Amino acid sequence: MPLIVANIAKRFGDHIALDGVSLEARQGEFLALLGPSGSGKTTLLRVLAGLERPDEGAVSFGGEDLLAMDARARRIGMVFQHYALFRHMSVAQNIAFGLEVRPARARPSPAEIRKRVDRLLELVQLEGLGGRYPAQLSGGQRQRVALARALAIEPRMLLLDEPFGALDARVRRDLRAWLRQIHDETGLTTIFVTHDQEEAMDLADRVAILRDGRLEQVDTPEKIYESPASAFVFSFVGEGVQLTGDVADGVLSVAGWRTPAPAGTPAGPVMVSFRGECADMLPAAADGLPARILTVSRRGGSSRVTCEIGGQIFTLEAPKSLTTPGVEVRLAPHAVILHPR
Amino acid sequence: MTPSLALARAPRARRSWRKASVLPGFPLALGVTLTWLSLIFLIPLSALILRPWELGPAGIWAVVTDPRVLAALRISFGSAALAALVNAGLGLLIAWVLVRHPFPGRRLVDALVDLPFALPTAVAGIALTAIYAPNGPLGQPLSALGIQVAYTPLGIILALIFVGLPFVVRTVQPVLEDLSKDVEEAALTLGATPPQTAWRVVMPAVAPALLTGVGLAFARAAGEYGSVIFIAGNMPLRSEIAPLLIVIKLEQFDYAGAAAVGLAMLVLSFTGLLILNSVQGVLASRGRA
Repeated sequence: MPLIVANIAKRFGDHIALDGVSLEARQGEFLALLGPSGSGKTTLLRVLAGLERPDEGAVSFGGEDLLAMDARARRIGMVFQHYALFRHMSVAQNIAFGLEVRPARARPSPAEIRKRVDRLLELVQLEGLGGRYPAQLSGGQRQRVALARALAIEPRMLLLDEPFGALDARVRRDLRAWLRQIHDETGLTTIFVTHDQEEAMDLADRVAILRDGRLEQVDTPEKIYESPASAFVFSFVGEGVQLTGDVADGVLSVAGWRTPAPAGTPAGPVMVSFRGECADMLPAAADGLPARILTVSRRGGSSRVTCEIGGQIFTLEAPKSLTTPGVEVRLAPHAVILHPR
Repeated sequence: MTPSLALARAPRARRSWRKASVLPGFPLALGVTLTWLSLIFLIPLSALILRPWELGPAGIWAVVTDPRVLAALRISFGSAALAALVNAGLGLLIAWVLVRHPFPGRRLVDALVDLPFALPTAVAGIALTAIYAPNGPLGQPLSALGIQVAYTPLGIILALIFVGLPFVVRTVQPVLEDLSKDVEEAALTLGATPPQTAWRVVMPAVAPALLTGVGLAFARAAGEYGSVIFIAGNMPLRSEIAPLLIVIKLEQFDYAGAAAVGLAMLVLSFTGLLILNSVQGVLASRGRA
């Protein structure tokens, strides 16, 4: 069942949280909403869950008008950043809650509920912990209980609001892989909010990048990384060099370096961007962007280098050669990405 | 033995009951606490416990089983229990409205809740009597309906509701404020109706605090004197409260008898609070171990 979000707008007082967002997700797709805080990604998720009513726009899911339905009737599983577990209930009671509150005719028998809870505990790898209380679990375990609880109602779609935001880096990475696995097993359409670009790029089929309540780009992680739709997207999804430049008569001038502009580039002021791994570091005599190396931290086969280019400081991955602090070098990008500014 | 082992062992041998704490000042704090508690609490209380024994056990029994005393105790504790029960519902509702529904003038209402603490109880009693007396603005229509409030046990309960309300509101309010909205929203997305959410999600979280508030309101109401005597009518066996009976016995220079009634009240109150506290402890420990 495809999800179609059309032109959603939402304001809180004077603050515009969402400014005409349109988005589609295929059945079974894993979509990440990525953006800095305040970009509107959580508001969009809450609109989908029915916890927030948009001022304008429409949401349909499998042809059904979601906005006409109560949050209770939508059957959309939601996982909250701070788990939102019922702390006076055991893990098993938490998971069973969505089934227990159903009206008597739709409620499974107690034995059936128990069986389903056991199955879910197994799915989230918490077998035997059904009798514990949330306070007795670690953060990662709590979030897994929250996911099992959301899955118990056999949701038609799964929404996760920064589910790993409160966890430490190691647990996050483990849970990330595991979440993708659960998604692939259940085949649920999953929408995932995060401000961590690495998490979004790692996990999602497609990433939707939000900024100030507007959608900047929706694409696969590779496309977003390689051909960002805006200078903002470029800087948000990875490290690289980004400088102001000008194009005139087919020549790009940036930070004192003149090079032929890519064919068909219109003249005018531009933002020039390229990733560190897409550039060669050459001796100072060569043709390229003048750069001065400031610090080098070596690890494995490459080094992380901070360097000054055109008065700004950037961090790059670079091969080991030439990387000595204080040295003048030339950076020769294989290809630059230009956005008008 | 290595030096570090010796160091680790020395303090443990000296005071085994005291857990080592990084916070300083424990002996001083405990000393002040015990002294203070003795001066204002334990010594007067032991006087109350010791005084009735002048009468001997049989004498005490005779005093507390006197029908007038029994009736007064029943009225005091029965009305206090009913008032606490009403306050449980009313206080919860007020706390809920104050926390979850911002409305114009909320701060004013919030401040008003504390008034029963500040007002001399006699003033409250006289005001309630004036309003609910058969010729008062509210008493008149009520007595036309055949309901008499002032000078009956109903009046006593009314006065006790008044003095007990802030206890419930003020204990429940912070817990409700602390209860994150997430949890209610989670219940909603899981398909729970608002009553189900209130009963199965909010109530269990609030229950320990509510029970504490109800216990405080009950204890306060059981011993309440000032506001009740004006509205109660004070008819022996019907609307005479135990604290009033103590005053009456004092006026008759029956100090031991007064202390005996006081002792009975102490035992009843203490038992009630002990039960409430242990239930509260069980509720609060759930999910927090």
